[in-house]
Amino acid sequence: MDKTKKEMLQKKAGQIRIDIMEMLCEAGSGHSGGSLSIADVFAYLYFSDELKLDPKNPLMKDRDRIILSKGHACPVLYAALAEKGYFDKSNLKTLRKFGSILQGHPDMKKVPGVDMSTGSLGQGLSAGVGMALGLRLDGSSSHVFVIIGDGESEEGQIWEAAMSAAHYKLGNLIGILDKNGLQIDGFTKDIMNSEPISDKWRAFGWKVIEISAHNFDEIEAAVLKAKEIKDGPVMIIADSVKGKGVSFMENQCGWHGKTPSPEERDKAISELENALKN
Amino acid sequence: MITDAAKKVLSQESKKIATRTAYGETITALGEVNENIVALDCDLSKSTMTALFAKKFPERFFNFGIAEANMMSAAAGLATIGKIPFASTFAVFATKRVADQISSSIAYPHINVKICATHSGISVGEDGATHQAIEDVAIMRAIPGIIVLSPCDAKETEKVIKAVADYNGPCYVRLTRSNIPVIFNDDYKFEIGKGNRIMEGTKATLISTGFMTHIAFEAAKKLEGQGIEIDFINMPSIKPLDEELVVESAKKTKLVVTVEDHNIIGGLGSAVCELLSDKFPVRVIRMGVQDKFGASGETYELIKAYGFDEESIIKTVKSVV
Repeated sequence: MDKTKKEMLQKKAGQIRIDIMEMLCEAGSGHSGGSLSIADVFAYLYFSDELKLDPKNPLMKDRDRIILSKGHACPVLYAALAEKGYFDKSNLKTLRKFGSILQGHPDMKKVPGVDMSTGSLGQGLSAGVGMALGLRLDGSSSHVFVIIGDGESEEGQIWEAAMSAAHYKLGNLIGILDKNGLQIDGFTKDIMNSEPISDKWRAFGWKVIEISAHNFDEIEAAVLKAKEIKDGPVMIIADSVKGKGVSFMENQCGWHGKTPSPEERDKAISELENALKN
Repeated sequence: MITDAAKKVLSQESKKIATRTAYGETITALGEVNENIVALDCDLSKSTMTALFAKKFPERFFNFGIAEANMMSAAAGLATIGKIPFASTFAVFATKRVADQISSSIAYPHINVKICATHSGISVGEDGATHQAIEDVAIMRAIPGIIVLSPCDAKETEKVIKAVADYNGPCYVRLTRSNIPVIFNDDYKFEIGKGNRIMEGTKATLISTGFMTHIAFEAAKKLEGQGIEIDFINMPSIKPLDEELVVESAKKTKLVVTVEDHNIIGGLGSAVCELLSDKFPVRVIRMGVQDKFGASGETYELIKAYGFDEESIIKTVKSVV
């Protein structure tokens, strides 16, 4: 990846993180850690130009689909969509408020650019399987990207979906596992150990690509390689830091479902802005 | 007395067909004219009869194996691409096991998925309680935005399936296992939200749905033979209920008996009570499974043992008119 593109993506990711902090502080409830952990991946998906997306035509037939199966991390999705121009940024301040298009978990009927309503964990990958089957029936070249969590992977339905995607050789389905190692009650290894997770996906018949969720070169290489693989589904296992970018939130289980106070927001944003300057 | 309108649409033949068979045949016929129709199943295609569709359109049939949750959410995904998914399995698995998938992935976004569940009620028979859905209508009725339909014979099933294929939104269609008499002929018209009065009288209103209609119809005819003329209503549309028809009949007879192969909590009887308690309170007797689990046995033996066979219906109506 060239320097200009990388700098642009870093800026977008920084802006997304700043917006996440702003909107969560304003909302007073919501999920900080899991939104920040996947922010670089979202910056890549929406701003790399590698996906077929059109904010002016959010229901474009041949668009690539993006499903945030770990729907509680929707601040990252809303921030990316607003930054991309799907809707006016002023909406971000209405997150979780009565009458807002930005519900506590994503609603495809309310938010332009949201391809699937999610929130109850484990269901988005199955919806992605259905979309991939439908797109293939139509002879479409579009891909379906589904972002799942490692805590979410404790749901049995994830593995039902995994089995079916491999069975139907869904080469147009790309999973991204936000492996941040934390869930509400603690570290995933302590609550319900899912390791060795890569072996599990391989055993279920998926191609696995392991990357850092915070390295744009690796994200790009993984997405491009995954798109080249046509004979079956690919899981990009993205090692991430929950709360990434805000030092006092990083790797802290307590920041799963907690929002910053105005002081914490200011501290977070100044740290994010400083990182952008350097 | 059989109504003039009913006379025109009642079948003169004495055929017996299971509603699940009519379902499989109808989606196959629809598949011929609409290439967006797809069928999904969970390893029960030979029982739900989606196998008929699978044979004709293998590329548009998806077997998800024994994994109902995945099937329901995948059906939602297929529908977002413009497909019209008919997702089938036994009613116990199509509702109780996947209530959240239906609620979150299908109903909340109001996605165009048709859940067509077979083997509902204790009329399933020998498989016993674990395979007899007696709560499915209650669960589906309680989820906002889902149409709940329960056809009574093969012809009504055909019309119901065509109607749900034309309707844009989530539907639950309750089908049954056993071969039952075909009540209607091809002139019968079905509309979502409409029931039909087959017989008319003033002594009581008897409302039945699904598997129970052929039994209730016989009971109504025998009651007439004994000089007790009642309104007999077949109610395929449980949600939305045909409120106009039920209220109008209740105003006339002031006594309602409902009968369904389902728990008396949450099904047709409850829907009628909820309506009438608001619009025209009259006595309503709910016949069906009296809040207990089913059991193994032969279909009609079970219906009798659980107290809603033809004789029990006659006895119940006679005891209150």
